[in-house]
Parts: sequence; C-alpha cells; structure tokens
Amino acid sequence: MQWGSVGEFIAMGGYGRYVWGAFGVTFALMAGEVVTVVKAHRASLRRARLFTKRGDDR
Amino acid sequence: MSFNWFRYSSPQTFYPLAGRLAPFFWIAAVALTIAGLYIGFFVAPTDFQQGDSYRIIFIHVPAAWMSMFIYVVMAGWAAAGLIFNTRLSSMMANALAPTGALMTAIALWTGALWGRPTWGTWWVWDARLTSELILLFLYVGFMALHASIDDPRRADKAAAILAIVGVVNVPIIYFSVKWWNTLHQGSSVSITRAPSMASTMLLGMLVMVFAFWAYSIATALTRVRGIILERERHAAWVAQLGTE
Repeated sequence: MQWGSVGEFIAMGGYGRYVWGAFGVTFALMAGEVVTVVKAHRASLRRARLFTKRGDDR
Repeated sequence: MSFNWFRYSSPQTFYPLAGRLAPFFWIAAVALTIAGLYIGFFVAPTDFQQGDSYRIIFIHVPAAWMSMFIYVVMAGWAAAGLIFNTRLSSMMANALAPTGALMTAIALWTGALWGRPTWGTWWVWDARLTSELILLFLYVGFMALHASIDDPRRADKAAAILAIVGVVNVPIIYFSVKWWNTLHQGSSVSITRAPSMASTMLLGMLVMVFAFWAYSIATALTRVRGIILERERHAAWVAQLGTE
C-alpha cells in the first residue's frame, strides 16, 4: 500500500478532485439506477394487482 | 442435455426465472466492486507517468466496454423481436437501453475527468469521443422512439430498426483509435498481445469489468420484470400473481 495517511489517500497525489469526481458520480448514478429499477418493479406489481382487482387500466 | 431454452422465451416463465437469478447478480456486483476497488486503490501502484489520476480507468474502461457490449446485445434482442415476433425479446431490448445509456454517460464523464489532467482538456471532437457521444444519442433515441409510439408492438418494431441501424457505430467506436489519428490512446489490453500495463492494475480493471457485467445483468433482469408486468397485465398468470 502506498498511502501514508488518510489525507494522502484523499489527495490522490493531487488528482483527488478528478478521481473522486469520477468515482463519486459513477456510484451515485448506479445507486440511483438500482433504486429506480427496484421501485419500478414494485410499482408495476402494485398496478398489476390493482388491474386484476378492478379489471381496468386505472 | 434436454434443457429447453424456448421454455424461457415466454414472459410467463421468464418472469419468475429473472426473479430467482437477479439476487445472485446483485451479490456478485457488490462483492466484485468491493474487491475491484480494494485492488484499484490499495494494491495497484501509482502510475509513474499519470500519477494517481490513472485510477479513473478502473471505472472508465469497464463502463466504456459495457456501453458498446450492451448496445450489441440490445440490438440483437431487438432484431430477434423483429424477426421471430417474440414479445420477450423486445422487452429485453427495452430493459437494456437505460443501463446502456448510463454506462455510456459514465464512460464520457469519467473520460472527461481523466482527460483534463492527462491531456489538458475535458473534451475533444476526435473520432473516439465523438462516436461514443453518438452512442449515447442512439440509446436516448431508441428509448424516446419507443416511448413516443402508443402501441407497444409497433414501438418495438420501429425502435428495433433504429437499434439495428445504429450497430454500425459500435465497430466505429472500437476501431476509431486505429482508423484515425485520435487524441484518445489505443487499447492497452488486447487479445493479440500482452497487455501494456502492470499486472495488479490489469487485475483490478478486470475485476471491475466483471463487477459492471454483474451489475448490468442484475439491473436488466430487475427492469425486465417490471416491463413484463406492465405489458402482460391482461394475462391470466399476472392476475394469479396478484392474488398470491
């Protein structure tokens, strides 16, 4: 391991804002997509059940 | 082996299968990401030329590869839907498009953040970067076209044609660094010769590639389940699902 301290790790040899900007946005977007697909599936399941109960598209 | 693949080509049988498979891919995605990040940040050394900015490649390269690969798979499913008229194929294409678009956006974003300290610019209109941007527009175009047509089967067909025509862009992206004089470097990893990078760097990158694979499969499987329910809600099996 080449990091002497937490500060050195965060600084990334002076490239901290580029490295963390890249990783931060990537994992934020991915986490957002995970929440979206899981919620979308649950919503579809709810709508399907509602449709079965009422027999219409509302 | 008497395994019948066609059994799973109907939405009714694929819906529960996708539900059983998805958790394995979610777990694999998380585990591989943790392993890949550990190797990428704590095992792989600092690059002697690029310093630590090179660590962006641990997400840039997997995202760029997935952006192209997902497009080909998406177009393949869309074509299968067009040719064999199978509903599930078109649903798979629809489930892959947003993840492919996300991978393309990540590739462009991380590329810009790598390019700034390395090349001195966020963006250049060279062949590699421009063709990757066109890929993003193709994904967005595919989704927009599908969403703009009310009848889902007609939407499938129109979007499939767009997807198939757009496939021509993928080899252009891949070979752009050979065909044109681009600012973007050639590939460091190739099948025909030894990779031109340290083995721990390569290992970290490959683990992240598998992590992105697992992630893409998990999101596509979860998304397609929602799409199946939306489009098959008139089917008896969905009604049965509702009473469970």
